[in-house]
Amino acid sequence: MADQIPITVLPINKKKVKQLVTVAVYLLIITSLEFVIAFTMESGPLRTSIFIGLTIFKAYYIVSEFMHLKYEVKMLIWAVMIPLMFIVWLIIALIYEGGAVYEVRY
Amino acid sequence: MSTVTADQESTENLWGGGVSPMKSSYGKLMIWFFLLSDAFTFATLLVSYGMIRFSHAAYSGSVSDFAFSTEYWPVPEKVFASIPFFHGLNAPLVFVGLMTLILILSSVTMVLAVEAGHRMDRKDVEKWMLWTILGGVIFISCQAWEWTHFIVGTDTATIGDVFLNGKWVEGYEIMGANLSFNQYGPPDFAAFFFFITGFHGFHVFSGIVFNILIFYNTGVGVYDRRGHYEMVEKVGLYWHFVDLVWVFVFTFFYLV
Repeated sequence: MADQIPITVLPINKKKVKQLVTVAVYLLIITSLEFVIAFTMESGPLRTSIFIGLTIFKAYYIVSEFMHLKYEVKMLIWAVMIPLMFIVWLIIALIYEGGAVYEVRY
Repeated sequence: MSTVTADQESTENLWGGGVSPMKSSYGKLMIWFFLLSDAFTFATLLVSYGMIRFSHAAYSGSVSDFAFSTEYWPVPEKVFASIPFFHGLNAPLVFVGLMTLILILSSVTMVLAVEAGHRMDRKDVEKWMLWTILGGVIFISCQAWEWTHFIVGTDTATIGDVFLNGKWVEGYEIMGANLSFNQYGPPDFAAFFFFITGFHGFHVFSGIVFNILIFYNTGVGVYDRRGHYEMVEKVGLYWHFVDLVWVFVFTFFYLV
């Protein structure tokens, strides 16, 4: 039945596909970099910060390109991004709490 | 002059109803807000993991001298160092790296399915959706193996104090892992592993189910008749979210 509906199939948008594959390659490169750092660098706050930075980098590419958020209306971008900022507060508050529990525990 | 008036009119009516202020359909908008709520769920899980881990003692010696103990939080690359079919081989983080690769690739095939949907290319959508489903199933299978290996444990036991049947038992030989005690570190370590990867794995599983449904719908021509493949986009958003969460879980659980 579906074959009887006249549907025009457009040709592949090579530019778009090329861009998506480029982003995918970025993600794989950053992941490999994280692996190299995991095995060569000494564990500590600097290494953790580098990991978090690289992860946010990956997250930016996934959300903006794969999920297409970069091309949406500004209002939608803010509606998603602004509530997520509260998580920064949550991280700071709970890490501080964790330190307090450590003090009590040891 | 007339263009200015037209712009004023459109901005005045922007929030008055009847138009889409964010230029998205209801379904797509609601998926975004659902993903926001799910992001908060995973954020709380990961942040509480950070807090509890920070409240435990960290291992302070050199990595080569490391041994499992319930007294300090383990070094992740020592815990996750096995590959299926290669019992006894020490391959730190290799398997989880493979899982990350598979999930990222399935995200790429998903976005290619969305691109094919924009062109109304049913055959290509089917092809890329199938690859995405395959990637998801492989990931879930790998995770199932990880869990099994984690629960069964390694060949050597860890001696520690456990709270068993209502009282503390000292010098107990701990093998494997459950929610009460584990051979890798403090009880919290296994608990968080199960909850965080379990929640994520459940999301992957539901994503696979949705992908199969949408694949079936594509195959019988529902979206051709509808005139657009927006459902593929919406389910794609969910799948990318699942990949995004894994990126964070991978960093905080396996790398840090």
